[in-house]
Amino acid sequence: MKTNSKKFEPRIVGFLCNWCSYTGADLAGTSRMKSAPNLRIIRLMCSGRVDPSFILRAFQLGADGVLVLGCHPGDCHYQEGNFKALRRVLLLKRILREFGVDERRLRLEWVSAAEGEKFAKVSSEFTEEVRALGPLHLETGVLTQFQGEELPTQEVAA
Amino acid sequence: MSKPKLALYWAASCGGCEVAVLDIAEKILDVAGFFDIVFWPCAMDFKYKDVEAMPDASIDLCLFNGAIRNSENEALAHLLRRKAKVLVAFGSCAMDGCIPGLANLTTREEIFENSYQQTPSTLNPEKTRPVPQFAAPEGELDIPKMYESVRTLAQVVPVEYFIPGCPPQPTQILNVMSAIMQGAVLPPAGSVIGAGDKTCCEECGRPRKEKHVKRFYRVWEIEPKQEECLLDQGIICMGPATRSGCGALCVKANMPCRGCYGPAPNVIDQGAKMISALSSVIDLQEPVEINAVLDQIADPVGTFYRFSVPNSMLHRKQPSA
Repeated sequence: MKTNSKKFEPRIVGFLCNWCSYTGADLAGTSRMKSAPNLRIIRLMCSGRVDPSFILRAFQLGADGVLVLGCHPGDCHYQEGNFKALRRVLLLKRILREFGVDERRLRLEWVSAAEGEKFAKVSSEFTEEVRALGPLHLETGVLTQFQGEELPTQEVAA
Repeated sequence: MSKPKLALYWAASCGGCEVAVLDIAEKILDVAGFFDIVFWPCAMDFKYKDVEAMPDASIDLCLFNGAIRNSENEALAHLLRRKAKVLVAFGSCAMDGCIPGLANLTTREEIFENSYQQTPSTLNPEKTRPVPQFAAPEGELDIPKMYESVRTLAQVVPVEYFIPGCPPQPTQILNVMSAIMQGAVLPPAGSVIGAGDKTCCEECGRPRKEKHVKRFYRVWEIEPKQEECLLDQGIICMGPATRSGCGALCVKANMPCRGCYGPAPNVIDQGAKMISALSSVIDLQEPVEINAVLDQIADPVGTFYRFSVPNSMLHRKQPSA
């Protein structure tokens, strides 16, 4: 990518579960831990609520990376929502790969309510990893202008 | 009073949609009687210049099938948009990109390289490639320019209605045409017509139960039971992510739904919805085990997005950075 990597600030969308990870992020904040400011947090009730289309939409609308944080295995408030998130992320990574999007732009981590430090570390590390990958420019497909030439008007004799 | 004018056109398509229109059988005579067919290159003799000579917005209904993948497709999309009052993306290609849209997982150069160099039956030592302009002794020849990406009709021009299906089922085509001929009030622009408003599972009729899949099978690896949900049996069936309207034809022939009726209502990205559905039914919790099961899905993008790559949120394979 041509963009100067020193100037490039990655836009990162985080989907955080209400019960563990969001509370963990809160703990990091109240404990005044330093973490990268690039993460835009969206709080959901469970990481199992993260539909793959949310992640794709984030990429489509300009996110350079997406971070999904949920409860540790066995800790899910809804018993197995985090396993659902795990399977979705593993499958979605394969799709991203085939669409030419680096799968490292999507990461799933388990962060408990007590792990403020882990939240700060994961969000900062992920930000640096995405920064190294550079900006993601998705081609959306919609043509706003006529691209082709006018039709050939002359008829070719058979 | 003069008859309403009807146009049908095919862009990047296989011709199946045209056959589907004729598959309404003798009712085609009613259609031909009600409408004045002003343009239908597949079935009748018209030239593009005939369409260009028509006043703008003079065609009452245009059924446009096929995706947009070259300059001719695009020019005709713009031309027919200008001439038609109501433009309908007819069939999966025009609506979602369909099979031609799978080209978006590769590049034009890769396609040319394969078609004009690598195929075993090709002998092309001069590396001849198609050129848009060619000066022949008889005069200058033009052929359409092939684009890097395949697009849906609505990605190129505004579209009033969408009729899904590969091809749309004749009964559905007939429903739409009869409604129009009886003067029904048209639904709001942007609507999907000639289809259901649920998922394919609603029409399937196989009993559904809590799913616990631990292994996926390809269709030739297993003899599927008729009376059990195919997804329960580990066969990837696109039913849960696909719009109803076809009558679950494939499933009734004991074959999994391939997803040709496009994303289910209120679903933007058919493949993403399928990922979501599959992730819910895989009954495993260890990443290694999950990946081992996912390895059994031979071609995830080609399976989940078989009919909708251009209309998906990622649209095409991104050029490597």
